[in-house]
Amino acid sequence: MHTTEEQKKSASNIDQNFVTDIVAKALRAGASDAEAVFAEGDEFETLVRLGQVEQLKEAGSRALGLRVFQGHRTASTSTSDLSPEGIEQLVFGAMALVRITSEDPYAGLPEREEFGSLSGDLDLFYEDVYSLPAIERIEYARRAEAAAMSADIRIQNSGGGSFDAATGRKILANSRGFVGESRRSSCSISAQPIAQSPDGGMQRDYWYSSQRSLHLLDSPESVGLEAARRTVRKLGARKVATQRVPLAFAPEVASSILGSILGAINGNAVYRNSSFLAGKLGETVAGSNLTVIDDGTMVGGFGSSYFDGEGLPTRRKVVLDKGVLISYLLNTYTARKLGLQSTGNASRGLASSPSIGAGNFYLEPGTKTPEQIIAEIPNGLYVTDLIGHGVNIVTGDYSHGASGLWIENGELAYPVEEITVAGNLKEMLHNISEIGNDLIFRNSMACPTLRVEGMTIAGE
Amino acid sequence: MQPASPDTRKFFYEHLGLNDQLLERCLGEALSAGGDYADLYFEYVTASSLLVDESLVKSASQGISAGCGLRVVSGERTGYAYTDDLSPERLMRAARTAALIASGPSKQQVQGFRESPSAGLYPIAGVGSDAETAAKLDLIQRANRAARTYDARIVQVQASFADELRRILVAASDGSFATDTQPLARLNVSVIAKDGENIARGSSGGGGRVLLDFFLTDKTPEYFAVEAARQAVLQLGAVPAPAGEMPVVLGPGWPGVLLHEAVGHGLEADFNRKKTSAFAGLVGQMVASSKVTVVDNGTMPNRRGSLNVDDEGSPTQETVLIENGVLKGYMSDKLSARLMGIADTGNGRRESYQHIPMPRMTNTYMLAGDDDPEDIIRSVQRGLYAVNFGGGQVDITNGKFVFSASEAYLIEDGKITAPVKNATLIGNGPESLKHVSMVGNDLRLDEGVGTCGKAGQSVPVGVGMPTIKLDKMTVGGTGN
Repeated sequence: MHTTEEQKKSASNIDQNFVTDIVAKALRAGASDAEAVFAEGDEFETLVRLGQVEQLKEAGSRALGLRVFQGHRTASTSTSDLSPEGIEQLVFGAMALVRITSEDPYAGLPEREEFGSLSGDLDLFYEDVYSLPAIERIEYARRAEAAAMSADIRIQNSGGGSFDAATGRKILANSRGFVGESRRSSCSISAQPIAQSPDGGMQRDYWYSSQRSLHLLDSPESVGLEAARRTVRKLGARKVATQRVPLAFAPEVASSILGSILGAINGNAVYRNSSFLAGKLGETVAGSNLTVIDDGTMVGGFGSSYFDGEGLPTRRKVVLDKGVLISYLLNTYTARKLGLQSTGNASRGLASSPSIGAGNFYLEPGTKTPEQIIAEIPNGLYVTDLIGHGVNIVTGDYSHGASGLWIENGELAYPVEEITVAGNLKEMLHNISEIGNDLIFRNSMACPTLRVEGMTIAGE
Repeated sequence: MQPASPDTRKFFYEHLGLNDQLLERCLGEALSAGGDYADLYFEYVTASSLLVDESLVKSASQGISAGCGLRVVSGERTGYAYTDDLSPERLMRAARTAALIASGPSKQQVQGFRESPSAGLYPIAGVGSDAETAAKLDLIQRANRAARTYDARIVQVQASFADELRRILVAASDGSFATDTQPLARLNVSVIAKDGENIARGSSGGGGRVLLDFFLTDKTPEYFAVEAARQAVLQLGAVPAPAGEMPVVLGPGWPGVLLHEAVGHGLEADFNRKKTSAFAGLVGQMVASSKVTVVDNGTMPNRRGSLNVDDEGSPTQETVLIENGVLKGYMSDKLSARLMGIADTGNGRRESYQHIPMPRMTNTYMLAGDDDPEDIIRSVQRGLYAVNFGGGQVDITNGKFVFSASEAYLIEDGKITAPVKNATLIGNGPESLKHVSMVGNDLRLDEGVGTCGKAGQSVPVGVGMPTIKLDKMTVGGTGN
């Protein structure tokens, strides 16, 4: 089976000149400004189920996006056809569309002096994610699943074990002189065991390790064992009565609260006044124990990049400082709408105007261990899973399906499911009474264990 | 039935350089290391979108995406490769990559294809002209005006129109061959209402496998705009949702997302083949009250979830999932049908050529019953009446599902009273529908906005339901 050799061959020969040429073509076609982006990626996925290979997937793709301006009008096009005819269509399609859009005084590329790219190496790309021969990729996936399945007699079925990897390359160029190129890689191991209790009830859970380099991954065995631990502890889950008790959110679900903050400080929601944090800059919006950081510059971070989707250098910013709202996340457009400066958070897809994305977004850790936080709760719920989409960023209303473990006298007593947890974020942010010391970056958003008071559990 | 569109085949053959011999050669290469089955899935999608925001045409975009996915199946194993370069060399190389899943002697060469007829469920569109773009723009400008004039408290309006034309060609080693051209359009309006410090949102939208004329005659921009504005203004006066178990009445149409989450996903054949679904092994058993009959139907004209052929080239059909409360069967693709010895129900779908097909829903709905919707509401002493929902989610293994009400009211003494704030409803799939005690005579399908996610793949779907009453369900509010 082919490996790195053929992968390298499939990497395209598209270079920065190819992308700046497209910008030049757009200007010749009448654009006053233009911005082109080229993205390509390779991926492979290996899924082993019950010890047998179930799926192998391997492929690559590439595409171009173009954004043009005529004065303060703008339009975008994209294509996977990189032939001269495809590019012709890309440019002329954009120029035809730009005529129908409105003059918007806030639309336009960033100013020349804003552009830039971080120097130094952020360690975002490692060749080694493709270094394993196929047989070893399968072995990684098989080992993760096998570790989960041999961990407990009640685990006799499985959604599988996987080993995936991907690399990507992106070139961004515009008519104001910016051109930047970056590469990234990622790889991951996961296991999804299914456990069954004697009464027939089934539970599944999942665990993974994801990194930019193969050598940073946890062992397949540790991933499988953790997946098994998470699955088995759910067996025999029951409903509890409707009540109001302290909740401890495990890091995986505490990020959902952090994610809601992220949604609420997104410049697009803020300038439309469709966020419960709109108009609150400089105000106390959370307890004085809460400090939230967005940092696109962390070495090796999943949310790190050298430049944002408009060619501005990424940066570190304090979003919440001891409960005071210090910064929104903005791109050029939303910054101009709000009379502020871009925070370097433009996120560029292929076929549309830039949206807004965080870098590495996290809540600063406290000093207590998760065990201490749980031990201090006489009667409450340790929330381990949330499902649904029950957050309204406009009003702050928060209501999610949940499951977890009931806390009795500071001990995890029994599993709980088929309940909801609800509150309002405006109050929840003031009611976080404990923050754990367990801040671990498993992806671009990270949050320690949180204890939250005053939320409602709905159950029986 | 009508012959498959000769134009779609011609498009792939003339515009993208395909021919029978090339397809046969690729399939031959795909089976060169053994394998039971191989298929090629070509896709060419043109998509466009327009947005009016703050009364300005802020965004206009269009895109073209094309590629081919090659699959080889050997027993339960699937090898998959895709390429967006459709040259014979790259197609052959992708075929060799997918072939590596199998290990055995080369299979017999593939010769000749049988082309499936088309059910003709939707209009065949050309690629958009400038005049058409102007007409779409007019639609969303009308929506913007209608939302703003509905009420002075409407302070923000975003109206968008997004459509795509997806051409597919599927050729398989079993000789099956299908082409289809699938239009999909959606108009969406979302608004913010403000009254002093009080702010609320509302949204509405719809469409389907329709062309522009649908929005001029069937469902106008004003219809969606007024609906979005009405919801936002209503929410300004909403009280906290109650918390706990109570009777729940679901209105007709989009609340059918209950079925999608509670039973739909759990009845996809792959989960049952692997025995990872809470419904595994329950065929023939009561999984709902005897008033409940649920079908999945991919053959409804112009519906968002409908397809002439699925993404494996198989014709879609109407499949009874639950009949009078009894679980009848699963939704299947080719792989699960073969491995489970059941019929392929034409539910093999995928997000794009970059994705492996799997069993997915099309339009999933509950058939109408006999009850008068007003009687259903009158029968509730204290409960919740929910008529609009946001998204939902399910854990198919333990059966727990949620869906979030975006428009709901208290029912007090048999009467609809105060509107309540957003709340998540939670239940257990194999149990919830056993609590259905009344089924209305007012079956309605949703407006055409559903997108379903599974294993990282999104596909358009439809849902529908009459008004129903569940004697108990857990409502996740904060109130009493």
